[in-house]
Amino acid sequence: MSSIVTETAGLAGTRTGARRSSLWRDTFAKLKKNKVAMCGLVFLVIMFLFCFIGPFFSPYASGKVNTVMINKPPSMAHWLGTDNLGRDILTRLMQAGRISLTVGLAAMLLSVFIGSVLGVVAGYYRGVVDQIVMRFADILMTIPGLPLLFIIGAILSEWKVPTDYRIYIVMLMLSLIGWPELARLVRSQILSLREREFMQATESLGLRDHRKLFFHLLPNTIPILIVVATLRVGGAILSESVLSYLGLGVVPPTPTWGNMIDAANTLIDFQKRPWLWIPPGFAIFATVISINLLGDGLRDALDPKMKR
Amino acid sequence: MTNALLTIDHLQTHFFTPSGVVKAVNDISLRVREGETVCIVGESGCGKSVTAMSVLGLVAEPQGKVVGGDIRFDGVDLLQLSPLEKQQLRGNDIAMIFQEPMSSLNPVLTIGEQIMEPLWEHLLLSKKEARAKAIELISLVGIPRPEEIMNAYPHQLSGGMLQRIMIAIAISCNPRLLIADEPTTALDVTIQAQILDLLREIKETYNTAILLITHDLGVVAEMADYVVVMYAGKVIEEGPVLELFSNPRHPYTRGLLQAKPVIGQRKKRLNSIPGQVPNLIGLADSCYFHDRCESCMSVCRLKQPELKQIDDGHRVACWLYEEESGLA
Amino acid sequence: MREALVEVKQLKKYYPITGGIFGRTIGHVKAVDDVSFAIRKGEAFGLVGESGSGKSTTGRTILRLTDKTAGEVKYKGVDLHAVSKQELRRLRPSMQFIFQDPYSSLNPRLRVGDAIGEALMDHGLADKSEIRERVQEVLSLCGLAPYHIDRFPHEFSGGQRQRIGIARSIILQPEFIVADEPVSALDVSIQAQIINLFSDLQEKKELTYLFISHDLSVVEHLCTRIGVMYLGSLVEIAPRDELFARPLHPYTRALLSAVPIPDPRLKRERIVLRGDIPSPANPPKGCKFHTRCPLATDRCKEEVPVLRLADSDHQVACHLV
Repeated sequence: MSSIVTETAGLAGTRTGARRSSLWRDTFAKLKKNKVAMCGLVFLVIMFLFCFIGPFFSPYASGKVNTVMINKPPSMAHWLGTDNLGRDILTRLMQAGRISLTVGLAAMLLSVFIGSVLGVVAGYYRGVVDQIVMRFADILMTIPGLPLLFIIGAILSEWKVPTDYRIYIVMLMLSLIGWPELARLVRSQILSLREREFMQATESLGLRDHRKLFFHLLPNTIPILIVVATLRVGGAILSESVLSYLGLGVVPPTPTWGNMIDAANTLIDFQKRPWLWIPPGFAIFATVISINLLGDGLRDALDPKMKR
Repeated sequence: MTNALLTIDHLQTHFFTPSGVVKAVNDISLRVREGETVCIVGESGCGKSVTAMSVLGLVAEPQGKVVGGDIRFDGVDLLQLSPLEKQQLRGNDIAMIFQEPMSSLNPVLTIGEQIMEPLWEHLLLSKKEARAKAIELISLVGIPRPEEIMNAYPHQLSGGMLQRIMIAIAISCNPRLLIADEPTTALDVTIQAQILDLLREIKETYNTAILLITHDLGVVAEMADYVVVMYAGKVIEEGPVLELFSNPRHPYTRGLLQAKPVIGQRKKRLNSIPGQVPNLIGLADSCYFHDRCESCMSVCRLKQPELKQIDDGHRVACWLYEEESGLA
Repeated sequence: MREALVEVKQLKKYYPITGGIFGRTIGHVKAVDDVSFAIRKGEAFGLVGESGSGKSTTGRTILRLTDKTAGEVKYKGVDLHAVSKQELRRLRPSMQFIFQDPYSSLNPRLRVGDAIGEALMDHGLADKSEIRERVQEVLSLCGLAPYHIDRFPHEFSGGQRQRIGIARSIILQPEFIVADEPVSALDVSIQAQIINLFSDLQEKKELTYLFISHDLSVVEHLCTRIGVMYLGSLVEIAPRDELFARPLHPYTRALLSAVPIPDPRLKRERIVLRGDIPSPANPPKGCKFHTRCPLATDRCKEEVPVLRLADSDHQVACHLV
C-alpha cells in the first residue's frame, strides 16, 4: 500500500485493513472453523432437501393405502418398509418431516416475533407497559409448558377441530408458550442497550421512537435472537412430536414424526417391527441434535468474547 | 556512567491472530541503568506496553510470544528463567505498577493483606514484622491514618489512593527496577502531580531505576532522564531528555511535540500528523511512518531505516539523517 | 458583549442514593449543585474540572438528555426543561451533543451513511434523493472520504469514528454544540486533528460550543471563555487569557500548575494539592474546596462562597479574593 500522503485524514486505509468485513461474514468465517457446528448445519441442509424435494422422487403417494403390502419389512421396493395401512414409510417420513420442520420453524418465527416486539416495547418504555407485559409473561412461565399444551390439545379434541386446521393451532400453541422467555431475554438486552451512548445520541438527534426501537435497539439484539431462535426450532419440533405422539397435536392421516412413532405403540410393533418407529425416532433425534450443535456454534461465533 | 541494569536486545514479541501475525514489538533494543528513569513514549498500539510485559514475562500465551532477542537483568537472561525463578525476580528485584490500580488489586482482600503478602513471600518476615513494615510503607507513600487503611477494602479507596497502595506494594521489597505502565493515565491531573512527585522521591531515596511507559509528553519531560520514542513496534528515536526535547530529529517525534497543545503557548492551529497509525499486520519493508510523514522520500517507501547514532547518545531511525551520519 | 444563546440558572441535578430493604432514598449525589452561567452566541465556552466535578452532567442536563432536579436552562429564551416533547424534538437539530467515547457512541449495526443521514430523514429536513449527497458533503467536510459512506463503524479507528460522530451532528446544521470530552479518548496526533476540525467547523458554520474537558491545554486552545468546576459547583469563570494569566481561585491555580508541560528545561514551582477529591455524595461543608485548599481559613469551613464578579467579566467563588 503506497498511498501518497494525503491532507485529509483517514484516506490511508482503516484499522481492519483493506478487507471489507461485516458481521455476517465474520460470523460465518468463525462458524466454518467449528467442525461440530458445521456437521449440524450440513445435516440440517440434507434433512431439508430430503423432506422438501425427496417426495418428488418417490414413486409412492404418501397417503396411498395398499392393503396388500401391510407391515412389510424394508425391501428393494420399500426401502424402509411399509406401515399398517401399507403406506411407504420412506415417503411418509419425508412428508412428516415437511410438517414437523414447518411447524418448528413457524412456531419459532411467531414466538420470536411476539417475544421481540413485546420485549423491545417493555424494555424501552418501562413503567406500566413493562409491568403489564412482564407480569403476563411471568404468569405464562409459571405454568409448566407441557401440561398447558395437553390441556389445550384436549380442548381442541373436544371441539372437534378439523384436522387440516390443527397444524396451525399447534403452531399457535407452541409459540404461545415460547414467547415469554424470548420477551424476557430481549427486554434485558434492551435495558442494557438503552444506557449505551449511541442511544443517548439518538435522543440528542431527536429521532422518533419507532426509529430508536426498530432501527437502533432491535438490530442489536439480533445475534442473541438468532442463537435462541435456532435452539427454539429444536424445542418446538420436540414439543410438537410429543403432542402428536399423544394424539393431541397433529392427528393422522396428516403425518408428522411424532404421530408416526405413535403408530408403534403396541408391544408387537415395538418388538417385531422396528422399521415403524426407528426412522421417525432417528429423524427427530438427529434433527434436534443438529439444531442444538448449530445453535451452540452460532453462540460461540457471535459472542465477541469468544475470540480464538 | 553506571552499568546497565536492564538490557533488552533485538526483542521481538509477536501476536498470532486469525487475521495474521501482529508484530507488536519489532526488534527493540534499550537499556536502563541503575538509578535512571527511562521513558518509553508512543501512541496506543506502538508496542510500549507489550515491551514491558515481555520484560516481566507476562505476555499472554499462546496468542502472544517472545519470538526473538534477549532480555538481561543484571546479567541474568530473563527469557531462560523457570516460572518459579521469574516469580521470585518479580516483586523482589523488579516491581511493577499498572494503569488500573482497581483491577490490579484483589477486591475481596484488605489492603493490609495485600501489602503484607509480598513481605512474607519475598522478605520472609514474621507476621508482626510484616504488619509494622506495611504500616510504614503506607505512610511512606503519603497516605494518612495507615492503621485504618490496613483494614480497608480496595473499593473503599479512591483511584489515587489505590495507585499509592500499588506503589507501596511495588517498593516493599526494595526493587532495583520499577516498571510503571501508564501509572497516572487513569488519574486526575492534581492526583497525577502527587503520584509523579512520589515516584521521583522514591527514585531519589532508594536509587531505584524506573522504566516509565506513557503517552503523555508532559509526563516524560517531568520524569525522564532518557527517552525512547516508539512507533508501530519500532524504536524510531531515543536520546537524553534535554537533547530529545530541544532537538527532536524524527519527523514523528517533532510532529508529536507540535501536536500537543501546551498551556501558555497557544497557536492558531495545532500541527497535526495526518492519517492513522498503520495496521501492524503484514507491514511492507518500508519506514512505517512514511505515509504520514511530511518529508517522505522515495527511499522511505522501499527500505526500512535503521536506528543510527547521530549525536552523543542521540539515535534516530530516519533516512533524512542517513547521509549525515555516513559522512561523519 | 454579545447576547447569550444559552442561559443556565441555578441548575441542580441530584441522583438519589437508595439503600435499605425497601430501596428508600437515603441521600443524594449532588452531581450539579446550583450552577449558573451564560454562553454567548458564537463563543466557545470551556468547562473544565476533574472527575466527579459534574461537568459532563451539566452538559447533558443543559441539552435535556437527562432531566434536571431544579433550576432552568434557556436556549434562545426558551426553557428547555419546560417545553413539550414535540417542541423539544423540533428544537433538537439546532443543538447537538458530541460524545466522549467514539466506540460506544456509534451504533455498530448502522452503516456510516445511515448513521449520519437518518436524522435528516427523520426530521424531514431533506428529500430521500438529497440525503446521500448531503452525507457525502458533510463527510468530506469532516475529513473523511465519500466512499466511507457504506462502511460500518468497526472498520474505523477512534479518530475517524469521532469524525463520524461530528459529521452526524453537523449535518443537521446546528447552532449550538455540546462536546463532552471529545478528544480525551484519542492519541495526541489524532487529538490535534480533531481539535483543528472543531475550530475549522466553528469558523465555517458560526457555531457556539460548550466544550467539556479535563484537559486545560485543550480548553485553552479551543475556548474563548472558561468555567472551572469543582464538586458540582462553578468556582471560577473568566475569559481565556484572563484565566490563564491571572487565575484567582486557589483550585484553578493548583490545576494549572499540575498540568505537566512537555519541556524538560522548565522547572516550575508546583502547587501540589493534599488529599483526594471528596465524594460528591458527601461534599464538605462550607467551601467544598477547603479540605484541600492550601489557604483555607475557618470561614471557608463554615460559609459557602458565592460566585461573584471580581473583575469585569471575571467571576470567582472564593472568600479570599
